[in-house]
Amino acid sequence: MSLAHDAPRLAVRPATLAQRPARAWPEVNHPAAWAVAAILLIMPLIASGFFLIEIFASTLILGTIALSLMFLAGYGGMVSLMQLTIAGFSAYMVAVFGVSGNANISLGWPWWLAVPMALALATAFGTLGGALAVRTEGIYTIMITLAIGAAFYYFTNQNWAIFNGHTGINTVATPHFWGVNWRADIPFYYIVLAVAALCYFAVEYLARAPFGLALQGVRDNPRRMAALGFNVNAHRVAAYAFASFVAALAGVLQVWNYRQISPGSVSVGACIDVLIIAVVGGITRPIGPFIGALIFVLLRTFALDFLVRIGLDGNRFRLLIGLGFLAIVFWSSDGVIGLWQRWRQRRGADHSSGGRSHG
Amino acid sequence: MSRFVERHPAWALISIIAVAILLWLIFAVWPPGLEQAIGRKRVFLNALFNGITLGGLYFLVASGFTLIFGLMRNVNLAHGSLYLFGGYVGYAVSTATGSWVLSFIVAFILTALVGVLLQVLVFRRMEGQDLRQTMVTIGLSIVFADLMLWACGGDFYQIQTPNWLIGPVELPLVTAIKSSGEPVYLRYPSVRLVIFVASVVIGVAMWLALNRTRIGMIVRAGVDDRDMLAATGVRIQLVFVAVFAFGAGLAGMAGVVGGTFQSLSPGEDIRFLLASLVVVIVGGMGSIPGAALGALIIGLAEQLGSVYIPTYAIVVTFLIMVLVLAIRPQGLLARR
Repeated sequence: MSLAHDAPRLAVRPATLAQRPARAWPEVNHPAAWAVAAILLIMPLIASGFFLIEIFASTLILGTIALSLMFLAGYGGMVSLMQLTIAGFSAYMVAVFGVSGNANISLGWPWWLAVPMALALATAFGTLGGALAVRTEGIYTIMITLAIGAAFYYFTNQNWAIFNGHTGINTVATPHFWGVNWRADIPFYYIVLAVAALCYFAVEYLARAPFGLALQGVRDNPRRMAALGFNVNAHRVAAYAFASFVAALAGVLQVWNYRQISPGSVSVGACIDVLIIAVVGGITRPIGPFIGALIFVLLRTFALDFLVRIGLDGNRFRLLIGLGFLAIVFWSSDGVIGLWQRWRQRRGADHSSGGRSHG
Repeated sequence: MSRFVERHPAWALISIIAVAILLWLIFAVWPPGLEQAIGRKRVFLNALFNGITLGGLYFLVASGFTLIFGLMRNVNLAHGSLYLFGGYVGYAVSTATGSWVLSFIVAFILTALVGVLLQVLVFRRMEGQDLRQTMVTIGLSIVFADLMLWACGGDFYQIQTPNWLIGPVELPLVTAIKSSGEPVYLRYPSVRLVIFVASVVIGVAMWLALNRTRIGMIVRAGVDDRDMLAATGVRIQLVFVAVFAFGAGLAGMAGVVGGTFQSLSPGEDIRFLLASLVVVIVGGMGSIPGAALGALIIGLAEQLGSVYIPTYAIVVTFLIMVLVLAIRPQGLLARR
């Protein structure tokens, strides 16, 4: 028995040792990464309230939800369409346990009790959903998680006792403490930035940690990993649990951002939008979802004006999104990041054709 | 059947008792105590019949979905869009010509053509890449949904029921006894019965075609091992195109059916996509009898649920899916 228990640890150890040198945060050492980090930190000096919240905070929140999908899809090979549903569940729980305009539903707990409760429940919800989804594989996962997401959407529409039907829960209270209104534009931006950065580095770290390496092994060859003594399903469910926690964090931020939550925010279309964001950005690296989210939010905000300006019907925003998504899926399987990398490689190849060559 | 009784005597007994209770509920005149406990018999019978006919509609949508998946391993998430497209085409034809039957034919042909185009232009290029194909179908469903919203607007459409099908028929099922001792019979919309009979006929025809004809044999062989089938000299791409066209055409026809006894509007595509997903998860991916069983279960659960536990109807459907996944992840009637 003890042998069987030791097997995973023994098997992982050489892998981590071999990985140590590569653990030096290559992307963070890149000068461009420092530049982006600096710009994000001083953003309130540059951008006004509208841009700060509607563009950058929205991007970071959506990017964090998509990041949880990227973690599952990129490292675990499980494309889950219910990440937005988990975020929405967590948002609903904040509204139900915390303070809101619907006093007959909300329990009126202070935020420091309601938020951990919401996070715990949403993580449990996502883990249960994941435990269901891992009973099947590959494309079945998409179908089951889509069915879970759609069922939750229709349930929130029908249930009035907890979810208040299709009107949802309005005027959700946001935290005030230490004399600061944390929903004011600048403090809220920094909260969102901190959570997004935390999740980003957690994913980055986990991808190199023994658990992440084992998960990538499970993605590439579940049978071999099972033969090596790893519990394949336990790794997958644990990945779902982590991703659910990330999505739940983003859900809390989302309900604080809009101060309301309704079934419209957990609709099937919105679930699919998260997949689009992750795929367009690229699901091979944690930075991808944030790039995808930026593109998505910019399109969502400015497509109307842009389409009208070039003489088209401004309501065709979703057509633009769909066509863009199709183009990305057709020509670049790893999203915008893949396009960028290929462009750089091609440029590198042109440069090096005279002298040095690099792999 | 007899082997099932020998193997699982307890389950056989339970199912016989359940069927007997169901038959009694349908045919007997309910005693007053029962009517007080769970409501009137007419309500129950109506919910039961609505469930069965809705199951027929779900079967039409889901059988195409499961056929395409079974042969090509392609989870066609644009299937709901094909349904809605067929419905709009049917509406246009029936308002233009006034012929209900013609609208079925045109909807079938046009949706099948869309299916052919999809298979030839899109899916053939990425054969064997399941995930990528699925992503493409998601993108296509967004594009189709927006194009249809553009063309048809956000209104509700209902296809006109033909004159010879308007009105109820009286079924030989007693719902209650009047105080004068005269029995009251169940009256039910005839168009729903006709549609249900038609979907049963289509289902049986499909089963016969799959199990008794040469083409059906090729398709079944393709479901089992398409590489080996291709190696024996069958032009597999032609089979793929034909099956995709047929599955898409069925979805289009189902759109006309849905447009007749429900209505057509943006959002219905997602609803029917979800319904066919749940149906094939419950019934078993790639299995036609599985789709029939799953459609019946989900249709009944939805209708009975919406009558007896209105707020939790969707949860019942979902719980059935969870239960099936927990006990038999491959679906009730799947072989593997």
